[in-house]
Order: sequence, then C-alpha cells, then structure tokens
Amino acid sequence: MSLKKYVVRRIGQLIVTYWAFLTLLFVVFRLAPGDPTSMYLQEGLSAEEREAILARHGLDQPLHIQYVEYMTQYLTGDLGQSFRHGVPVWDVLVVRFFNTIILMGLAFAIAYLIGVTVGAFIGWVRGTRKEKTGIVVTLIARSSPEFWIGILLLMVFTFYLGWFPSGGIRPPGTEYETFLGRYLNWGVAYHLVLPVLTGVIYYMATPTLLMRSSMINVLNSDFIQIKKAEGIPEYIILYKHAARNSILPMTTVVALVVGMSIGGSLVIETVFSWPGMGREMVESVTYNDYPLAQAIFFLMGSLVIWMNFVADLAYVYLDPRVRYD
Amino acid sequence: MSVKKHLPANVESKLTSSRVFSQIKDGVSTAYELYRSDRLGQFGIVVLAAFVFIAIFAPIIAPYSPGARHRRDDGSLARLDAPSTDHLLGTTHHGQDVLSQLLVSARVSVFVGFLAAFIAVFIGTNVGLISAYYGGWVDDILMRIVDIAYGLPFLPFVIVLVFIFGANIVNIMLVIAAILWRDSARVVRSEVLSQKQRPYVESARAIGASDFRILYRHVFPNVLPLTVLYMAFAVAYAIMYEASIAFLGFGDPNVYSWGRMMYQAYTHGAIRDAWWWVLPAGVCIMLLVSSVFFIGRTLEEITNPEIRH
Repeated sequence: MSLKKYVVRRIGQLIVTYWAFLTLLFVVFRLAPGDPTSMYLQEGLSAEEREAILARHGLDQPLHIQYVEYMTQYLTGDLGQSFRHGVPVWDVLVVRFFNTIILMGLAFAIAYLIGVTVGAFIGWVRGTRKEKTGIVVTLIARSSPEFWIGILLLMVFTFYLGWFPSGGIRPPGTEYETFLGRYLNWGVAYHLVLPVLTGVIYYMATPTLLMRSSMINVLNSDFIQIKKAEGIPEYIILYKHAARNSILPMTTVVALVVGMSIGGSLVIETVFSWPGMGREMVESVTYNDYPLAQAIFFLMGSLVIWMNFVADLAYVYLDPRVRYD
Repeated sequence: MSVKKHLPANVESKLTSSRVFSQIKDGVSTAYELYRSDRLGQFGIVVLAAFVFIAIFAPIIAPYSPGARHRRDDGSLARLDAPSTDHLLGTTHHGQDVLSQLLVSARVSVFVGFLAAFIAVFIGTNVGLISAYYGGWVDDILMRIVDIAYGLPFLPFVIVLVFIFGANIVNIMLVIAAILWRDSARVVRSEVLSQKQRPYVESARAIGASDFRILYRHVFPNVLPLTVLYMAFAVAYAIMYEASIAFLGFGDPNVYSWGRMMYQAYTHGAIRDAWWWVLPAGVCIMLLVSSVFFIGRTLEEITNPEIRH
C-alpha cells in the first residue's frame, strides 16, 4: 500500500471513529437520569412549566429526531445551551478550554521532555544501581494518582513552606485585555507551578519506561559498537546517536499520554481549583447540566482522537521502514 | 481421509493436555526463578499479600467500627484529634478513627482492583484472540471498536457512566472494566498474529482440530504470560481509577475507600493541619499500586526475555 492510500484509509477510519464516538455520546447522555427540570423540581414546578422547559431544549421530541437534530448541531459546531448558566455552551467553554490546554499542554510537554532524557539515560546505564533507582522512582511516580501528588505538593509547598498559592489561575481581581496577556504574566506562571508539576510527575513515567526499552533495543545494534570503537565520547553517542534512533516509538504513546492527561485534568483542576474544562465537567455532571458535560466530553474525546490520528501519520512519515497495515 | 483416523483414540487430547500442563509448569518455574533473584518483585509480592490479608480480615483487625463517632473524656466529639495511643492515626472531622477506616477501605481497592482487571483482561484476551485468528472483517470491526475505546478519555467517561448507572461499587467496577479491556485486546492480538504463523497451528489444523480448540487449547497457553502481565497492569490502573472516582465525589457513598477518605479530608480542608487524616490513605494507594507494578516488572522479564539482565 502506498503512503497516499494509507493516509486516505486512515482518514476514513477517523470519520468512522468520530461517528461512533458522537453516537455513543448521544446514547450515553440520553440514558442519564433526570433532566434539566429535576434541578428545579423541589421549587415546585408545575407540569406545564416542566413541559415548556423540555420543549425549549428539544427534549420532548422522539429519540430519532433528537438524534438527527443533535448530529446536525454538532457537525455545524453548535454545542447547545448550558442548562445551568443559561448561555451558549461555547461562551462557558472558550476560556476554560484554553485554561486546560495551557495547564495540561505544559505538563504533557515537560513530562515528555524529561521522560525522553531520563529514559535514554537509564537505558544507557542498564544493569547498574542507577538504573534500578531510576526504575523504582519512575514506578512509584506512576503508582501515585494525580490527586495524591497534588495534595502532597500542596501540603509541602503551600501550607508548610508557603511558597505557592493554594489554587486558582491568577491573583484575584486582575483582569487582562488581550488573549495573550491573559496567560503571559507572572501571576499565571506562579499559579501554574504546582498543578503542572503534579501532571509532570505522573505523566513522566510512561515515556520514561518506553524510552528505556527502546534504548535497550538500539544499544544492541552494531552501529553503537562502531561509534564506541571510534572513540567518540559516551554522552555524544548516548544523546546524538542512540537516543535519536530510539525516539520513534515515543510517537506511539503520545495519544495514550494525551488521553491520560486530558482525563487527569478533572482531578488536577479539582485539587488546585483551576478554572478549566475538567473542573467544569465534574460540576456540570453533578448539576445535571447535560449540554455542557456532553460538550466537554466531546472536546476531550476529539483531542484524543485527533492526537491518535496525528501520531499515526507522524509515525509513518518519520519511519520509512514502516509497512502500511 | 483425515490423519486423525489413523491415530489411536484420544492421543491428540493426551498430547495437548500434557503439553499445556508442561507449559504452565515451565511458566511457573521460570517465574519462581525470576522472583527468587529479584528483590523488587519479592517486595511487591509481600506488600500485595499484606494488603490482601488486611482486606480479608479488616473487620477483625480494625480497633473500632469505621463509622463510630468517638468522644473525648470531657464528652466533646473527638474532632481531628492527633494520633494517640487510643487512636493510632488520630480521628477525622467527624470523630471517627482513621486507622479503622484505613483498614476497612483496603477491601474496596483489592476487590475492585482484581475483579475489574479480571473482567477487563478476560474481554480483552478474547477480543484479541478472535480478532487476530479470524482476521478479515471480524478483525476490522473489533479493531475499530478498540480504536473507539482508545478515543474515549478514561476518567470523564467513567464518571458520566457511574453517574448514569448509579454510584455503587459493582457499577464502578464494571465501568472501569468497560474501558480497561482495550490494552490487553491490542497486545494479545499482535501476539496471536505472530503465533498464528507458527507450525504448531498448522499441525493442529491438519489433524482436524476445530478453530475453538486451536484458539483456546493451543494458541491461548502461548499468550497466557502476556495476559497475566496485562492483568497486573489492569489491577494497578483499576485501583487508581477507583480512587480517583471516589476522590472526585462520585464514589459509592455506602462503603469506605481510600479515595473517599482523601475526598473527605480534602473537602474539610484537613490538608492544612490534619496530616494524619490525609497521608495514610495516599500512602496505602501508592504502596498497593506500586507493589502490583513491581510484580508486573518481573513478569515482563518472562514475556520479553530480551530485557533480562
């Protein structure tokens, strides 16, 4: 199969996956107990008022009409109205989406960078005490759920040492005019440190362990022996020759780690009161705000699906030896 | 005329049953050898055994009932008392004994961890076996389903489902299993794809063994080590996800779990001063999960001999 055919096929798969994902989303949220009115029931809502609210959100239609309606809405980028906030979902999400992307994107990038570097190193020093220590530390980091790491960091750096704020995204009362101005300032950076660190500690483990085993495979190949025989300094062989050749499999877990960090945003944002999608999702599920929960779920799933797609294409582009199957 | 007719009755089944038996015996003795020389694996087994023991005997070991509210000598509620000889790990905001809650909570983690992982790996292994063995459209459909499962962000999906089906411990376990199966499905499939090409599959087919028999009698024992390894990973993830769900407040309100302890400690602001309420549950999660990962690391040396030192 040629590269072009592979790409076309992969796009086809992307469409099928998206369709199934959207349908699943619809089914799951229609199964949900309660509807927007159940929140107001205790306030004594009459049957007619209830009907009116259901009709306003299109919930009185038969299911298949709701399905078609829902599909067309999502395909045209209309995510509906939030029950709880009473405004379009986009208005609620646009700021929170970027807040989450900044936080988790940073955590993800740093985790990968450290993971590749450390993984290459412990693969290189294989069989020594250093490797064993590295693996033990990595496995312990991987065994600590995000909320546990976050709480530990809060206890030490906020409540004991008092170095960092306990939560939020910027000092209260500050407003910024431009989009970039909202994020590029010291206040935000200061609030970012602990949540990002939490993510980095937890997400680092997967790339580290994968990089290590990939390094071990490469180190067994002849060209490393030749480089050693040429008398090239070890750290140059390590990072210039061995690590660069081991990095390819790292693309295969990109989507996996993105999925983990997107899901982890729920926990990290709750611990650090970060005003992002994750915390909003937890709240909107608790308050029966389907359109909002559904939209956030859609955005999170889309990120994972797209990252999967990009990672697959990057893989065949980067590795000329790959067979397209 | 098939070859089978020339063989004395039940020779084939005798052959394979002794083969399966010796394979399993080999596996166990390799595992024993590896664990004997691996401190980390031993540590994992000891810690895991300790937690399983605690989980089984929790009500007997626990000094008090986990929900009992204790009072000080002067009759006031023992709210957030620091560790003392009466309460080795202090008390909670509601005057409950932290140690008792901690011990009883081990049950949920061990139960959910093992059962969810077992269900997940059971589904995943079967999907992987069938998908790789039959190929064609069966493979296409099953692998698309796996792709979709990979497109679902884990924690949000689990929370929505738990919310819909109700927050009880069995639902939480099933929902976790409903996503975790994807990893073992992918790995088992690629292993079966290579096993399928081996001569033993062809010989089995030549004697006239059925697909079912080839798959479960011949191919399955060869992917069993991999299945066990992914079972270990699944246990670790199931425990962590159960804790995360409880920490977010979507856990079963009727059972004590470490995640729920952390949730209550966090929402009462105990992380500011009452370290004895916060730390033990977190340490337990970390210990239990890392013990499973350590065991898994040693198992990995069986499935992938290249990484043995």
